[in-house]
Amino acid sequence: MKPTRFIDLVPHIVLIVGVLIFAYPIYVTLIGSTWDSGTIGRGGLPLWPGGQGMVNYAQAWAGEAGERALYTPVRTMMLNSLVMALSIAVGKIAISILSAYAVAFFRFPLRMAFFWLIFITLMLPVEVRIIPTYKVVADLGLINTYAGLAIPLIASATATLLFRQFFLTIPDELLEAAKIDGAGPVRFFIDVVLPLSRTNIAALFVILFIYGWNQYLWPLLVTSSGDMETIVTGITKMIGTGESANDWHIIMATTVLAMLPPVAVVVLMQRWFVKGLVDSEK
Amino acid sequence: MATVEIRNVRKSYGPVEAIKGIDIAIQDGEFLVLLGPSGCGKSTLLRMVAGLEGITGGQIAIGGRVVNDLDPKDRDIAMVFQNYALYPHMTVFDNMAYGLKIRGIPKAEIRARVDKAANILELGRFLDRRPSQLSGGQRQRVAMGRAIVREPAAFLFDEPLSNLDAKLRTQMRVEIKRLQDRLGITSLYVTHDQVEAMTLADRILVMNHGVAEQIGTPLEVYQRPASLFVAGFIGSPPMNVLDGRIDDHGEVVLVPGGQRLPLPQPRPTDAGRPIKLGIRPEHLAVAAEGFSIEVELVEALGADTVVYGRLPDSETLLVRMAGIPTVRERDRLTVTPQDGALHLFDAVTGRRVE
Repeated sequence: MKPTRFIDLVPHIVLIVGVLIFAYPIYVTLIGSTWDSGTIGRGGLPLWPGGQGMVNYAQAWAGEAGERALYTPVRTMMLNSLVMALSIAVGKIAISILSAYAVAFFRFPLRMAFFWLIFITLMLPVEVRIIPTYKVVADLGLINTYAGLAIPLIASATATLLFRQFFLTIPDELLEAAKIDGAGPVRFFIDVVLPLSRTNIAALFVILFIYGWNQYLWPLLVTSSGDMETIVTGITKMIGTGESANDWHIIMATTVLAMLPPVAVVVLMQRWFVKGLVDSEK
Repeated sequence: MATVEIRNVRKSYGPVEAIKGIDIAIQDGEFLVLLGPSGCGKSTLLRMVAGLEGITGGQIAIGGRVVNDLDPKDRDIAMVFQNYALYPHMTVFDNMAYGLKIRGIPKAEIRARVDKAANILELGRFLDRRPSQLSGGQRQRVAMGRAIVREPAAFLFDEPLSNLDAKLRTQMRVEIKRLQDRLGITSLYVTHDQVEAMTLADRILVMNHGVAEQIGTPLEVYQRPASLFVAGFIGSPPMNVLDGRIDDHGEVVLVPGGQRLPLPQPRPTDAGRPIKLGIRPEHLAVAAEGFSIEVELVEALGADTVVYGRLPDSETLLVRMAGIPTVRERDRLTVTPQDGALHLFDAVTGRRVE
């Protein structure tokens, strides 16, 4: 009895310690966003909530002038980030599910060549191709537009690969049964493949939304006006380098706000997300 | 309802010929079973009829219409698959209705047809369930329901019972037979199970290596196997095959061990011809003279008993006796074939010698 109890205890302790380590910085941020800049500036941030929360959040949200600088309002940056993250997630899923459908279900010349072409782009992260991509986007006049923010990030080998692997697990007989039932490729896609993929789509949506939301380097390059600032780049721009002091209370409030949409997506889609990762519903 | 004609149909995968010219005309309402070991091409032939495989040579006609270049959906056939191939995200009702919906049949009629099929198959209670909530037998019935509601010219069954356990298989076999009798729809049924073939078929097409070894009613195939292959494939336990020679007068078959078995009719033209001699285990009976065997193994199956005997020249001879065992291992037995129980096959080609 005793050894089993001990063995049960160890993983729990490890997990609790892990959770504390992960949660502590977030807690500090939450607390920090409720104090005034003076308290934080003195370096003695208490571990309990202060009374400035409402004021700080209102200020960050509306972008009124801070004590030292003028920022893009959080509501603008949130909207930009939301548009970008949604376009990337939806666009990536739409394009990759269609290309995976083609690669997995159709026999056409150079099929495997196309598959490998898609596949090898996995080896090229955004950073590697960022200069040519920037050139193309600039030539197309897409600097400081939503299209410029989202389109270059939409093509996705990873999602294509994931969908293809899932499609390969759909039994051939199902396709044949549909053929005999009279469903053409488009009908089969809409009536059978899409519904069967919904948990995978949900899981990918969560991952891709967060991926899009957290984009840093690309938005930094492709936006130059404050109106097009995304929240992740916006936060880093708030933190001055060098000697200048920072409005930590506003930065922390902004950070908390920046966390909310990804958290909401994860919480809302958690059930599907987990389902998509663990089972394939056969 | 329609005839299905298969005219000199061939199928090649590159240089490999999987089907080497099959010819058969299936009558309207007939139940044809394609029987053979795995890899003999029986499923390929069925899939060619369905339109899921291309036809390399020859013609397939359903209801008098050549369908070689038609899509599966235009061939007016319905297929039941081994693993059921139900749409996992649809209810039983939607699974059955899907093909009708695509064909644009009015909702009320779809409802009526599905209800009717569900009634026949006793699926009424399950119409709102998903396939994952059904047992194997129920899923297979849904798959059949999907075929029935289409009211096709022909049913194609691709080993539909292989995924079921033995008891359920027997039960479903009876159901399929009853269903086909009732609906009278031309059916092609692929199986490797000889019991399914014998019980379901109006005619059996026995295939081996892409060739039709024999086409005939179940009893024809059992009583007059056209080749050694068919003789060995149909019947359980399998037919005994011994090397023999017709004597110089063409009256008896000589088998090693000195045994002389009289032929039903004398065949002087075959005098001296080496031959393969087939005797079914159930056609051997204990007698005063005949093959002398030493019993090696006794399998008591309840209703009957299979005795594995060893001939003096060390060949094995199987004997099937009715009832519970009366002999034991190491006993000596003398058995002899019943009248007319000898099957003669050419020693080289394996074809039946009439």
